[in-house]
Amino acid sequence: MPETAFSTASGLFAQYALGPAYDEMFGRSGDPHPHCRALCEDLTGFSAAELRRHQAEADRAFLTQGITFTVYGDEQGTERIFPYDLLPRIISAAEWQVLERGLTQRLTAINLFLKDVYHEGRILAEGVVPRDLVQSCRHFRREMRGVHVHRDIYVSIAGTDLVRLEDGRFVVLEDNLRVPSGVSYMLANREVMRRVFPGLFERYTVSPIAHYGQALLATLQALAPPARPTPTFVVLTPGVGNSAYFEHAFLAREMGVPLVEGRDLLVHDNIVYMRTTAGLRRVDVIYRRVDDDFLDPLAFRPDSHLGVAGLLNAYRAGNVSLANAIGTGLADDKAVYAYLPAIIRFYLSEDPILANVDTYLLSRPSDRRYVLDHLESLVVKAVGESGGYGMLIGPHSTAAERDLFRRKIEAAPRSYIAQPVLALSQAPCFVDDRIEPRHVDLRPYVLYGANVTIVPGGLTRVALRKGSLVVNSSQGGGSKDTWVLKE
Amino acid sequence: MLLSRVADALYWIGRYLERAEHIVRVVDVRLDLGIDRRLGSDRWNFDRLRASLQVPSGEGPDGPAALVEAFVFDVTNRNSVASCITQARENARQVREEISSDMWQQVNELFLRVRQACASAPSTRPHFLARLVIDGIHLFQGITDATMGHGEGWRYLQVGRFLERAGATALLLDAHFRDTPVAPGATGDRSSSVSLLRSCAALEAYCRCYTADLRLGRVAEFLLLDPEFPRSVRFAADRVETALQALARATARPAGGQAERLAGRLHASLDYGQVDEILEDPHTYLDGIGRHCAQIHAALYQTYVGYRIESALSA
Repeated sequence: MPETAFSTASGLFAQYALGPAYDEMFGRSGDPHPHCRALCEDLTGFSAAELRRHQAEADRAFLTQGITFTVYGDEQGTERIFPYDLLPRIISAAEWQVLERGLTQRLTAINLFLKDVYHEGRILAEGVVPRDLVQSCRHFRREMRGVHVHRDIYVSIAGTDLVRLEDGRFVVLEDNLRVPSGVSYMLANREVMRRVFPGLFERYTVSPIAHYGQALLATLQALAPPARPTPTFVVLTPGVGNSAYFEHAFLAREMGVPLVEGRDLLVHDNIVYMRTTAGLRRVDVIYRRVDDDFLDPLAFRPDSHLGVAGLLNAYRAGNVSLANAIGTGLADDKAVYAYLPAIIRFYLSEDPILANVDTYLLSRPSDRRYVLDHLESLVVKAVGESGGYGMLIGPHSTAAERDLFRRKIEAAPRSYIAQPVLALSQAPCFVDDRIEPRHVDLRPYVLYGANVTIVPGGLTRVALRKGSLVVNSSQGGGSKDTWVLKE
Repeated sequence: MLLSRVADALYWIGRYLERAEHIVRVVDVRLDLGIDRRLGSDRWNFDRLRASLQVPSGEGPDGPAALVEAFVFDVTNRNSVASCITQARENARQVREEISSDMWQQVNELFLRVRQACASAPSTRPHFLARLVIDGIHLFQGITDATMGHGEGWRYLQVGRFLERAGATALLLDAHFRDTPVAPGATGDRSSSVSLLRSCAALEAYCRCYTADLRLGRVAEFLLLDPEFPRSVRFAADRVETALQALARATARPAGGQAERLAGRLHASLDYGQVDEILEDPHTYLDGIGRHCAQIHAALYQTYVGYRIESALSA
């Protein structure tokens, strides 16, 4: 092919600047990556007005389908659409293969780790992971010690957050092992993309993702208690007020199973039932989208109205399976995260395929000293939080905010970690009538049942504010369709 | 097999949409007629409208504009058209996985459009909203029948819709005939008969049946006892009974449960009803239908939704 240098200095790309961050579409020279060339050419054929029209169609589709989330703290319970960026992000087949192997390896090790920690504790005895680090974790559940979990599958559904560094390598930023959300947006983004932009698919073979619901059901089937030949599955939601309610209903419908709330369930003689028009019906597997804390008011928070009294005992008796298991939050504690490479080596005797981000543990005196001296250049995160809350982004912080974090760290060093500020990769987005770069991450969804299934794709979250590195939907983030190419 | 909560939500989707359609028709027809009527009989008409919306005398909106505001646009009134649509949509949102995507999109779209129309209320003509609501609900019903299995869930939508219809139509007739004892063959006030029939979308159907010769007895008979017209009380009672029998079969309950028994009795009283007898004391008869509907509602709830756990465990 003749070298026709792609000119980024024209049309919608006129303002497009390449910076130090890795660019998902363009190489350092300014030419598109080979697998992005066709898309890039197609995009230059559009005018701003055309893209604006497509954007309006897409927004309208999300609104009428009710693909919305509820904004907490808003008295009127306003439902908003999750901002959607029109331009797809492309991942090549070769890149995906590495991710697939890396994610499989990681989740395999995590399940072995959870089994070990809640049973014999070999990894703690050998000092690979400090015992007090595990036992001081807010999400460690003593109630789970010695409890047999069917097939030893603790984490059935993970939503791992990956970011790409300057050199183009994907690294793991967070393992979301409790109730990861967002998969419905991955699926909805593709549906909407197909509807408003069918032409863009013509020059690519994009891996399908629409079978996620079936894959999820197959994963849950692997969890069914062996004594129950025709098990009943349900999705447990906190209810219509939850910000991810759309997703809960969506997944229940995709799988063809009932969507239940805590008030639909009851436990009698350690057996879980749901209340139906034909009387009570036994429930065998619960895909729960309710946090541990709210799952059973008798065992955990007594003020919870979202859970089911007696569920923990039914679970311990082996009469019902939960996905994910109780106590998996231990492994996505941000301090435990720092040990994940060691955990992988310990159980699998393999080197990690996907690296971690360098992490300072503030419970270690030497790390703590360094971090307190360099707060303005680091990111500090609370270990048990998610959703972009409880963070200090050093370069964007004020002296007062840094002082506040300094005091918090000194009061409870175990509760914080620090990481360098990462230059998340950037991808072209349609903003203010032109195409501009914005920072993105990637959350693929890993299913762990009879075998590991990763639907080829994921949720690409976008920090829509210029220069921002925070991609969380609660803080001005959006998302875009993610294409994994089939070679 | 259906969750009790889901059954309840489906039932209320049916009820709320029917209620929205009924109110919007009644208001639209009555106020449309009000335009060129003399003040005295206009007042008569307006009071009937208030009675059929169950506004206690001496309270509530006094005047057509205030009534439209209260019963069409006002979202703080639980019985306004806007509220009913909102509540139907909210119930649908809670059972999204049970209804088809097309149904959900239609009720959501209707909600969004009604909300938009209400936001610009002073400039939105009530008649425009009436058309929007009626068309939107008909579309929802068509989509429902075409895309949802006619099983248990669908039956709850049916029960809700037709039970609401039976009660609301009886109330409308009660408001109309309450304080004017009628001889069955009397012609009465022609335009108020027309307005009553149009409130039930029944004028054309009546004329095909009895010609344009409007007689009070026939109007009452048609709206109450006609076996084929879908908005008559008898037709609605028939649908309620059929749906309740199907629900009893679907949940493998012994035949003759309380809800079906009550529905069967209502249906039979309409099957064998005589309009001359009814018009001797219309209020007692029509009020009885309203109370009968309330009992069916309570029995349905007791049997399928709010039953006692202890009794279910011992069963």
